[in-house]
Amino acid sequence: MATQSEALHVNGVSVVFPGRTPGEQVHALDNINLTVNSGDFVVALGASGCGKTTLLNLMAGFLSPTRGTLMLGNRKISGPGSDRGVVFQKHALLPWLSVMENTEFGLRLQGSAKNDRREVAKRNLALVGLQDFHNHMIYQLSGGMQQRVGIARALTCNPATLLMDEPMAALDALTRETIQELLLDVWQKTGKMFFFITHSVEEALFLATRVIVMSPRPGRITHTYDLDFNRRFLKNRDARAVKSSPDFIRMRETVLGIIYGDERSGEHAKELTHA
Amino acid sequence: MPSIEPRVSGVAAPAAAAIPPHGRFMRLFASKAAAPGQVYGAPGQGRSTTISVITTLVLIGLWFLITNMGWIKPLFLPSPQAVWDKFVLANTEGVANSTLLQHTATSLMRVFGAFFLSCVTAIPIGILMGTNRIMRGIFDPPIEFYRPLPPLAYLPLMIIWFGIGELSKILLIFLAIFAPMAISARAGVRSVGIEQIHAAYAMGASRFQIIWHVVLPAATPEILTGMRIGIGFGWTTLVAAEMVAATRGLGFMVLNAAQYLQSDTVIMGIVVIGLFAFGFDLLMRQIERLLVPWKGKV
Repeated sequence: MATQSEALHVNGVSVVFPGRTPGEQVHALDNINLTVNSGDFVVALGASGCGKTTLLNLMAGFLSPTRGTLMLGNRKISGPGSDRGVVFQKHALLPWLSVMENTEFGLRLQGSAKNDRREVAKRNLALVGLQDFHNHMIYQLSGGMQQRVGIARALTCNPATLLMDEPMAALDALTRETIQELLLDVWQKTGKMFFFITHSVEEALFLATRVIVMSPRPGRITHTYDLDFNRRFLKNRDARAVKSSPDFIRMRETVLGIIYGDERSGEHAKELTHA
Repeated sequence: MPSIEPRVSGVAAPAAAAIPPHGRFMRLFASKAAAPGQVYGAPGQGRSTTISVITTLVLIGLWFLITNMGWIKPLFLPSPQAVWDKFVLANTEGVANSTLLQHTATSLMRVFGAFFLSCVTAIPIGILMGTNRIMRGIFDPPIEFYRPLPPLAYLPLMIIWFGIGELSKILLIFLAIFAPMAISARAGVRSVGIEQIHAAYAMGASRFQIIWHVVLPAATPEILTGMRIGIGFGWTTLVAAEMVAATRGLGFMVLNAAQYLQSDTVIMGIVVIGLFAFGFDLLMRQIERLLVPWKGKV
């Protein structure tokens, strides 16, 4: 089992996909260096196709890099494992299992005793506010609740890090804000390192201790910002005040400017290739 | 000149609205707003049970009418009463040297024996074909080759190879059930979401655990559908299997009666086969509802 003090290191990682035509190469990621320390909440932000999901798939072990290495503590990441929990965009829960059974699933796979795994699952479900829904089936829950089960499930194996690939993309704006706050609570209570992907600048700034802004073709980290908006929220519990503070708005406009610049140059590049 | 155009269209529009609807039949194809609780434009919504019951009753009524009025000779279509009398006779004295119960028991043993054999072979093989490229490579050519063949075409071979006993009959039905079941199980494997598999791997699952805990449950709806389709093929093949060297069975009873132009026995046999097939299908649907209540919901 992973200890909490391990850091996730991404060292000079590049990913090259074969393109549509033979010989063509798509540089999804180019020389990425990143260290996520225990207790970090890193959010990756960027235009579509900038390689955010590729980076997450590398960390999860679903994809191996063309060049470079990824390390969790002193172990090389060579495949998926229970030391890295993953939360997906579409919840990816198992519809034939109840909320409780889905949450304890990871520990069941590892063969732990029923009472033990129920205990852990119960704790995690309480953490995401679903203590009253143990026996519900997945299809009886709203989208926000399903995503909360996804978070509880990913925590069950006590992973060192939680990797989240746009988990809020399919949720409505109100549910989104609720789950953002919940996620910060979970992050604070567990002290785990979180890696989170989003399209929403506001969400990124609100959640992250560090935002990495990525740009496409080839995927690179162009800007890194260390932030403390999440700690401000955890101190005064007023999300609106944090999100409407002048600091926050200034930061938002800066980052939006960078991303829009990328989107425009991206469209420009598309026009060029079509011409 | 251009000032005329708006006036023309202005006159035409109310005139078009004033045209009366084209009667009840055309209204079936007209689009109108949905009633509360219904979805606009969803094809074929609403319950059809009542209509089905009415259709059944009308068909049976027509049968009574045309036979009892003497519009058709009993040789071509015996009356419901004659079929019922035959049913009673078959249960008491028996037809073709056995009672109806014995015929039915023999046929059910053959069909369900083959069905059971198929379940324990076709489902695992289908799952293996879906999860393993080597297995798919091995089983795909033979299954796809023999699947479209009519069972009657290979019936002689079955008899030459496996004799005239129960074995060749059960194997013939088994082959008819096997292919659709294996193909459904294989298709079921394909219906698993890759994110569900990724999620399980990220929780430390082994390859076997993925198949057992994720792939198999996810494939269950299609496996059950395959079982329903398979047993249907089984009933279809029953008569073929009992064509040669049978002394008992519903298929044999029907074929035997046909040789003596006993249409009432033929119809009675058909109804019995139909009722068992329909009853089993209802049972399977119920099992489906119990086993995979989540089907189509997530």
